[in-house]
Amino acid sequence: MISLDINEKKYQVEVEPDVPLLWVIRDHLQLTGTKFGCGISACGACTVHIDGEAERSCQVSAKEAEGKKITTIEGMPEDHPVKRAWIEDDVPQCGYCHPGQIMQAAALLAENPNPSDSDIDEAMSGNICRCGTYQRIRRAIHIATKSMPKGG
Amino acid sequence: MSTIINLSRRDFCKTGALLGGGLVLGFYYPGCKAGKKEEVKAVAPFIPNAFIRIGADDTVTIIVNKSEMGQGVYTSLPMLIAEELALDWSTIRIEPAPVDPAYNHTQWGPIQGTGGSTSIRSTWEQLRTAGATARVMLEMAAADIWQVDEKDCRAENGHIIHKGSNRKLSFGELVEKAADIEPPKDVTLKDPKDFKVIGRNKKRLDTPDKVHGKAVFGIDVMVPDMLTAVVARAPVFGGMVKSVNDKKAKEIPGVKAVVQIDSGVAVVADHFWAANLGREALEVEWDEGTLAALDTQNQGEQYVEMATKPGLIAAQRGDVQAALATAAQNIEAVYELPYLAHAPMEPLNCVAYVRPDSCEIWTGTQMQTSDRDAAVELTGLPPEKVTLHTTYLGGGFGRRAVGDAHFVREAVQVSMAVKKPIKVIWTREDDIHGGFYRPRAYNVIKAGLDAEGMPVGWQHRIVCQSIVEGTPFEMLIKDGIDETSVEGAADSPYDVPNFICDYQKAPSGVPVLWRRSVGHSFTAFVKEGFVDELAHAAGKDPYAFRRQLLAKHPRQQALLDLVAEKADWGNPSAKDRFQGIAIHESFGSFIAQVAEVSVSDAGKISVHKVVCAIDCGRTVNPDTIKAQMESAIVFGLSAAFYGEITFKNGRVVQSNFNDYEVLRMNEMPLIEVHIMPSEEPPGGVGEPGVPPIAPAVANAVFAAKGIRMRKLPMT
Ligand code: FES
Ligand code: FES
Repeated sequence: MISLDINEKKYQVEVEPDVPLLWVIRDHLQLTGTKFGCGISACGACTVHIDGEAERSCQVSAKEAEGKKITTIEGMPEDHPVKRAWIEDDVPQCGYCHPGQIMQAAALLAENPNPSDSDIDEAMSGNICRCGTYQRIRRAIHIATKSMPKGG
Repeated sequence: MSTIINLSRRDFCKTGALLGGGLVLGFYYPGCKAGKKEEVKAVAPFIPNAFIRIGADDTVTIIVNKSEMGQGVYTSLPMLIAEELALDWSTIRIEPAPVDPAYNHTQWGPIQGTGGSTSIRSTWEQLRTAGATARVMLEMAAADIWQVDEKDCRAENGHIIHKGSNRKLSFGELVEKAADIEPPKDVTLKDPKDFKVIGRNKKRLDTPDKVHGKAVFGIDVMVPDMLTAVVARAPVFGGMVKSVNDKKAKEIPGVKAVVQIDSGVAVVADHFWAANLGREALEVEWDEGTLAALDTQNQGEQYVEMATKPGLIAAQRGDVQAALATAAQNIEAVYELPYLAHAPMEPLNCVAYVRPDSCEIWTGTQMQTSDRDAAVELTGLPPEKVTLHTTYLGGGFGRRAVGDAHFVREAVQVSMAVKKPIKVIWTREDDIHGGFYRPRAYNVIKAGLDAEGMPVGWQHRIVCQSIVEGTPFEMLIKDGIDETSVEGAADSPYDVPNFICDYQKAPSGVPVLWRRSVGHSFTAFVKEGFVDELAHAAGKDPYAFRRQLLAKHPRQQALLDLVAEKADWGNPSAKDRFQGIAIHESFGSFIAQVAEVSVSDAGKISVHKVVCAIDCGRTVNPDTIKAQMESAIVFGLSAAFYGEITFKNGRVVQSNFNDYEVLRMNEMPLIEVHIMPSEEPPGGVGEPGVPPIAPAVANAVFAAKGIRMRKLPMT
C-alpha cells in the first residue's frame, strides 16, 4: 500500500512500489489530465509538481512519491495566472501536451516571476509540442507574468 | 457558457449505469441553464437536420462530423452554422458525430473521415445550408405563433424577432412549434459581404477543457471493468508469430491474459504498467518474413538504380530532350528525403468493448467508417450494433486516418478474446517502430536554361512507394500513378515550355501513409530548392525569378509580393542572417514563406524568423489559420532538421523522442503570418503551411554559405 498526497487529497493505493507515478495517477487514481508521451523523460507531457518542483512523473516511482506534496493539472486552480494566460492566447491546438506545458510554466514562474526569453527556452525545452504551439506558449508565459503575485 | 460534450471519468461515474444501453459521449450535459431544467424534460428538442439540435433550454447542440485534432474544427465548423442560424454563441454545445451516412464526407464518397485539409472546404455549403434551414424553420414557427408574415421575422442572437411589433421569442421557446414545420427545400445563403461570424476571430471552444486537463482523449477513456493491453508486434514489417512462451509474462502481478491476435501477441493486465512489464517478459519467436534484411543504405542504392530508367509519365508537355540538348546551360541535381513517422503527441490507442450483441469503440480517429467496418467484419455484428465514439485526438497528422483500421482491430480482437472492455495503448516506441511512414523519396531533376537564363526544359523523376496501393483508397491510382506521389511536382505552376514528370513506383513492404501535406512534403522541397538553383545559375534574384515564372498565376505572384514586402526581402535583419524564399500550392491554398537563418562556423543552422503569407481564399477563423501556419512551420522544421526513419537488419533504428527528435522551444523561430484578403472559395489550412518551410530554410542556407541542401534532414 502506498500513501500519496495529490491535489491536497490523501490516497491509499494498492500498487507495486516501483510503478511510475504517472501510471498511478492515470490508471489507479484516474486523474487523466497528466499525459503519457514518451515514458523516458524526453517530452514533458507527464509533468506534475512534486513539493513545488516540476518533475517528470514517468521517472518517479510510486514509492519515491510517498510523503511528498503532488499537484497535477487538475489540482491547479482554474484561475491560476498561467491557465488564464493560456486561455487568453488560445494556446492549445490538439491540447495533449498542455497539461505538462502548464505545469512546467507554472513552476518556472513560481521561481522566476519575470523570465526572459532565454529563461523560457531553458525551462520549457524539455516539453515537446508536436502541434508547434511554442510561440503562443512563450507569449502566454509573458502574459502570465503580468498577473503573477509578486514576491513570496 | 458553451460546452463541449466530453466524457470524463467523473462524468462517466454519473452516467455509468447507462453502459448497458450504450454509453454515448453526449449523455452527460454539464451546465444546463439553471432554472430551466424541468421544462427541458417535457419538450423534445428541435432537430432540423443531422448537425443541429436545439433544446427548449435554448442550448444549440452542434454535431461535428470532423475529428478535432488541434486544427480547430470544433470551433470553425460551428461558426459556419452560426453565421446562418444567428444563434447565441454562448449556448453552443459540441457533440462528436456518431458513424452515420448523414456525416459522410461530401467529397470522398461513402466515407466519414477527416483529412486532406478538407474540413472547411467540404462543409462550407453543407453547414451554412444546415444553419439557414434551421433558421427559416424557426422563423416560420414564430410567424405561425404570431400569425404574421414570416418575411417580417428575423433571427438574431438566439431569438426570432418580429419586425413590426418587436415581439421576440427565444429559439428554445420555438422548439415545439418548429418541430412541426416542414423543412424548406431551398434556402438562400447570406451574401458573404453580410458575414458577421465567418472571417472574424473566435476563441476556440475547446481551449478551457484542454487547459484544465479535462479534455478526454482516447487514451483517457475509462470504462468500468476495463483492462489494458499492449501488443508485441513483429520486429520486422510483415513478420509473423512463430511461437510464444508466455510463462514469465503471466507471472507479472496484474497480468490477466496473453492472447494472440492478427498483429502479434497482446498482453492484457489490470493497468498499463503491468501490461508493459508483461510484454517485456514475453518470449516470442518471429518468422521475420521477406523484409528481414531491409537496410536503408541498400534500399537507397536500389532507388538510385530505379531512377536510371524512365517511369510512368505523370505529366508532359513539349519535347524535354530536345530542349535540354539545345539549352545554353544544363543543371542537374538529386534530392533525397527519408521515411518519416508522424509521432503525434498522443500515442495511438483504442478502447473496445465487444459483447455478444454489440460492440462499442472509443478512439481518436480520422476515419470512422473504416474503423466501424473493421469491427463489423471482426465481430460479425450488423453495422447498427457497432457504436464508435470519437474522442479528442492528441494530434493526427494523418496517422489516425488508416484504411485498414489496424489500431481499432487490435482492441476489438483482444476484447473478443477476453470478453471485457479493453484499452490498447501504444508506447512511443511502438509508435516510432509502427510504420505507416511518409514514404522515402528519391528525385532526379534536370533543367536547361536559355541564353537569358530562363528555363526551357524541366525533367523530374520521382522514385517512391505508393501510399494507396493495396489499401481501400487504391482508386486514387490513375494510369498506374499514385497521385499522392507526384502532387506538387507533376502540376508545377512554373512556366517552362518543355516539361516531364515521371514516376517509378518503389517496391512496397514498409507500410506508408499520408502524413501532413502528403506528397507535397517532398515535392515542394525538390521544386522550390531546384528553382532556387536555377535562379542562381541564371544570376537572378530568387524572388524575381519565381515571379517571372509565375506570370500566369496572379494569386501566387501577389502572394510572393506580399511575403517579400513583409519580410523586407533583400534586407535581412542582421549582417550574419540570410534569407531564403519558397512558395507552394497545396490543398487549394497558396503559401509563401521567407526564412531568415544564420549558419555558425561549425555549421549549426539557426532559423531566427519565418514570415509566412497565405492565400486560402475566404477565411473562417483567422486566428486558427495563423495557429495552423505556426504549427505547420514547426512540423516542417522538425522534418527539415531531425526527422528520419532508417532501417538496419529489417528493424527501425529510431525508437523515441531521444533519437527521433523534433523541434523544441529553444529552436523556435519568430513566426509572422499574413493572410491575403480574398473572396475566392476557402482553401485548406491544416497542411499547406508545411511544404514551403524546408526549402525556404535550405535556400537561406545556400544564401549564407553557398552550400546546397538537397537531402533531408539537413545535417
Ligand atoms: S512521458 Fe514523461 S517525459 Fe514524456
Ligand atoms: S498542442 Fe498538440 S502537442 Fe501541443
